[in-house]
Amino acid sequence: MTASDGSDVHARLTDVTRVFDLASGAKLQALGPIDLDIKRGEFFGVVGPSGCGKSTLLDILAGLSPPTAGTVLFEGKPIKGVPDGVGVVFQEDASFSWLSVHDNVAFGLRRAGYDAAEIERRVTYAVGFMGLRDFAKAYPAQLSGGMRQRVCIARTLVLQPRLILLDEPFGALDQQTRLLMGEELLRLWRETGATVMLITHALDEAAMLSDRVGVMSARPGKFIDFIETQWPRERDSRVVSDPHFGEITSRLWEKLRVESLKTMGTAAPGAAP
Amino acid sequence: MKRLGDSVLLVIGILAAWQVLFWIAGDIALTSPAATAAHLWKLLGTARFWENAAETARAFGLAVTISIVGGIALGVMLGLNRTSGVVSEPILIALYSLPKVTLYPLVLLCFGLGMSAKVAFGAMHGLIPVTIFTMKAIMQIKPVLWRTAHAMRLNVRQTALTIALPAVLPEVVAGARLGFSLTLLGVLIGEMFASQRGLGFMIMSAMGLGDIATIMAVAVFLSVVAIAANAVLLWIDRAIPR
Repeated sequence: MTASDGSDVHARLTDVTRVFDLASGAKLQALGPIDLDIKRGEFFGVVGPSGCGKSTLLDILAGLSPPTAGTVLFEGKPIKGVPDGVGVVFQEDASFSWLSVHDNVAFGLRRAGYDAAEIERRVTYAVGFMGLRDFAKAYPAQLSGGMRQRVCIARTLVLQPRLILLDEPFGALDQQTRLLMGEELLRLWRETGATVMLITHALDEAAMLSDRVGVMSARPGKFIDFIETQWPRERDSRVVSDPHFGEITSRLWEKLRVESLKTMGTAAPGAAP
Repeated sequence: MKRLGDSVLLVIGILAAWQVLFWIAGDIALTSPAATAAHLWKLLGTARFWENAAETARAFGLAVTISIVGGIALGVMLGLNRTSGVVSEPILIALYSLPKVTLYPLVLLCFGLGMSAKVAFGAMHGLIPVTIFTMKAIMQIKPVLWRTAHAMRLNVRQTALTIALPAVLPEVVAGARLGFSLTLLGVLIGEMFASQRGLGFMIMSAMGLGDIATIMAVAVFLSVVAIAANAVLLWIDRAIPR
């Protein structure tokens, strides 16, 4: 967190807060203050108790909503609106039901006005990469939840984002599918060299996939700990059997348990001082 | 193939019931299927029939355009803003349930006898259901699709044309189907009560003359046209992936 010249910092949040005006006239501080540097090419995981502002953080980084205070830099430039080079994958199924898998994936490229040959090349690659080749002509209604999420990832991937933000993308999937999708995400990260920020509520997912995991506090969300996983770049879901994996998840849970209890309105019995 | 067989069976069933009804009620009340078909065939050969049909088609064409284009435009405008949608929904439903035929004297006072009153009355029937269907569909678009459009940096026009419109298309087509039948109903009622031309007028004047064969023939003609149009719209509806 000391890269002061910013050369290897891909995104930087300084003193960022987000306050919501409630209908009652009261103010609710959802987030911050947050200081965060995400390094170029890093796989950064974020865990935190529910309602701690994880998704708000993602919205701010994606330029979907502005922070109340503080500055957000992406590639050294302040974020105004959604910046070029940022791709977002949401938790909910965002596939377009009226388009085939192929056309879903081609959607962003067509809007951006690429020529047909380039669109075809990139779509073929992304569809193949996400294991959707046999389903290119299918419509989302014919696919499982996991397949639809692959479509959404492929749709983001073809635009070749330099920063990929994922908001609990596997939250709605079963455990086995999640592990395998996690591996695909790792493969995507390695092949594209993109910076990835993954928000998740699953500690094992964060521990297995990330280079570094940020732990957020209960609302208003702040980072209370950063854990470097020290996994090699070439890794897959088999790291879950590594003793080090257990150490990481137990440290994550130790931090998170206290915060989660706070959100449940209970004092933490036996919390470490 | 089975669906086609079902349809044929249905038509045979209706014709059989009609024939039985004819045997019971006799030719004071209705004509037999065969006699109706023969009379319709004769009518189709007259210029008078086609003049009236063209008049009805013109009025219906205008009214259905107003209903569908206007209803979609209104529905999109009301649906895009949550407050306007929530406020207008009960008002629209109340207007929809209103027995509009009671307002026909007012329509006549506003528009006068003739084409414009028929068009207005037809549109009064069709506009509201299309508006309600479109508005509800827009309000029910998944929030994540709006967020996706935003994250993909689409402008308002691109969002409307490439996300909102295709997302609501199935509901809009369903609304258009309903609007189509109700507009036809409105136009025909308009012609029946205050008009000197059109198929509705033809039915009323035949009624005055006790010409049951013409009433039945025109009714069969209108039913066949309406059912065919509905089938086409249903086919479009089913062809949309969802």
